[in-house]
Amino acid sequence: MSAVTTTSVSMAKALNAALRDAMAADERVVVFGEDVGQLGGVFRITDGLLATYGEQRCFDTPLAEAGIVGFAVGMAMSGLRPVVEMQFDAFAYPAFEQITSHVAKLRNRTRGALGVPIVIRVPYAGGIGGVEHHCDSSEAYYAHTPGLKVVTPGCVEDAYSLLREAIDDPDPVVFLEPKKLYFTSAEASLPVTTPGFGRAVVRRPGRDATLIAYGPSVPVALEAAEAARDEGWDLEVIDLRTLVPFDDETVTASVRRTGRCVVVQEAQGFAGMGAEIAARVQERCFHSLHAPVLRVAGLDIPYPPPKLEHLHLPGVDRVLDAVARLQWDDQPDPRWVAA
Amino acid sequence: MTTTPRAVRRASPRARRTTAPQPDPAAPLLPSRDPVRMLDESGKRIPSEYAEPPGETLRELYRRMVIGRRFDVQATALTKQGRLAVYPSSRGQEACQVAGVMAVRPDDWVFPTYRESMALVSRGIDPVEVLTLLRGDWHCGYDPAALHTAPQCTPLATQTIHAAGVAYGEAYQGRDTVALAFIGDGATSEGDFHEGVNFAAVFRAPVVFFVQNNRYAISVPLSRQTAAPSLAYKGVGYGIACEQVDGNDPVAVLAVLNRAVEHARSGNGPFLVEAHTYRLEPHTNADDASRYRTMDEVEAWLGRDPIARLEAYLRGAGVLDDAAVEAVRAEAEAYAADLRERMNAEPTVDPMSLFDHVYATPTPQLLEQREQVRAELAAESEVES
Repeated sequence: MSAVTTTSVSMAKALNAALRDAMAADERVVVFGEDVGQLGGVFRITDGLLATYGEQRCFDTPLAEAGIVGFAVGMAMSGLRPVVEMQFDAFAYPAFEQITSHVAKLRNRTRGALGVPIVIRVPYAGGIGGVEHHCDSSEAYYAHTPGLKVVTPGCVEDAYSLLREAIDDPDPVVFLEPKKLYFTSAEASLPVTTPGFGRAVVRRPGRDATLIAYGPSVPVALEAAEAARDEGWDLEVIDLRTLVPFDDETVTASVRRTGRCVVVQEAQGFAGMGAEIAARVQERCFHSLHAPVLRVAGLDIPYPPPKLEHLHLPGVDRVLDAVARLQWDDQPDPRWVAA
Repeated sequence: MTTTPRAVRRASPRARRTTAPQPDPAAPLLPSRDPVRMLDESGKRIPSEYAEPPGETLRELYRRMVIGRRFDVQATALTKQGRLAVYPSSRGQEACQVAGVMAVRPDDWVFPTYRESMALVSRGIDPVEVLTLLRGDWHCGYDPAALHTAPQCTPLATQTIHAAGVAYGEAYQGRDTVALAFIGDGATSEGDFHEGVNFAAVFRAPVVFFVQNNRYAISVPLSRQTAAPSLAYKGVGYGIACEQVDGNDPVAVLAVLNRAVEHARSGNGPFLVEAHTYRLEPHTNADDASRYRTMDEVEAWLGRDPIARLEAYLRGAGVLDDAAVEAVRAEAEAYAADLRERMNAEPTVDPMSLFDHVYATPTPQLLEQREQVRAELAAESEVES
């Protein structure tokens, strides 16, 4: 185990510590991907693993994402627990067939005989000034695929604990790491255990409306909730943490209490996670709702060039605008009133 | 000692003449110029550098090929009776199907495609379990973990990477397991074939890639898959050893695969074998092969029957006689009759099994949906009763 730290830890360091500790705890854990060995990964998440555990357990692969994931499938079939890195969100698409047709389905196809406990780490989402193909929010593709668990930490302690849990989990996990949070730090004491898969967490209690966020949108929602105080709104913020399994219980309990709900996601909105969440909330909380469930999402465009990404990303102002439209005076949303 | 500058020496034609020629590093990897043959089409032995498997092994090869073909014919018949949704036949490819699994040990891993049903029954897997996928009561009917046999792969070539991963993982854990990946000519065009062979090569994983080139990917002929002189040559670019073999010569197929498996098991890395063969039946019972190939072509291949070829050779060698041939034929008939009878029984499928094995433990949402289906079924049976 890593030394207990009580200082400021970045999400990148927490993820690195989780990999390190998981490899120490279980020699079946093997880490591989592009540039994860000598370089320690382009974001340094695997820094030092090669030196500590040797190239049998942390190694570079050919530049081929389907190959990386397919190789992991075979290794899992032989009894290992592979943790692979897709270098960037959009670089994972060549592996999509392996992920959807094999990783997600093998347990089911074989009536439980062949589970493949693989963790696919994906640095994802934007806000870092990255050029095209480096900033996609690809969570909906994975969350739409039965058989995958989809996890995305929004804080340092979750980064550590959820990654450890992902590696120990009997099912394959797509572990989405918000790039823009890699180098944000928090006071944390590692190792740490936070609530498990399928448990959302109320990050900020509030009475007037519920903001639902995950991954990179969690800090945005928290900031918006702080700013909303000045406007007289007391907002609750829920961090979903795991998109699959989804915690209906926590979400439902919160919205039934507040009566209003805004979902905040970076991904383009159409047919996205937010749509699913809004549907689930209205199905379960209809009689408690004082206003339609609103979504604050990225625009329905390919991820924009760096100089324009601020217009795409849901920011505090857009969240507050959405909160303002939650029919506080029983007036319908002016956007949808027929002219 | 010479004082001539190095660059000048290199450029000197005389120095070039006196330098010993460097061996071509690709040469040891190259396949034979022509497919390896050990029996001609009449079953006569052709001299070969490959070691002929012992007579007892060849008799077993013959036995399994006869049973395999009978199984295959029976499976096609079951589609006509509505017992199977569909069946992709491998009739005509018996030498490859059977030698493929005979070349490996039970603890070696086999990666079949949907066309390898014959190979699977030849590996000793219950034919009803093999046909579960096509009967439609579940996906994979056998236990891949216990049998070291992956589910039959439909997204073609994806299994080649799994084979590389298993082989690497087994070696990592100190076991001398080999992985045998079946693949067809069409799927060598898939990107995953490239990645699978390349991963195996780079990590020196003990994999045998066994390409059954049966000349058609459904309707698309080999000429649309590759411009290579032979699919076997594809291995050279990855730095792995390759061979091509007459896929309707059972002795040669087994001999070449034996060497390939030995090569992989002894730590020399992967091996690519291309077997030239022919799919006598349409792609599946639902296909109409007359739209893309002539009967003359099929007739020509009927004359290269691998079973007749091996039978003639073994009779000539005194390994097989009328009584033995009859015994195998009777065994194959009994095998088919048993299969027919068992497939006539209507399988019971538990509707609740839909929700099993999506995850190790069902999510709350799946439990809700299971309850919904249970209630629907209960209401239905109430109406019926």
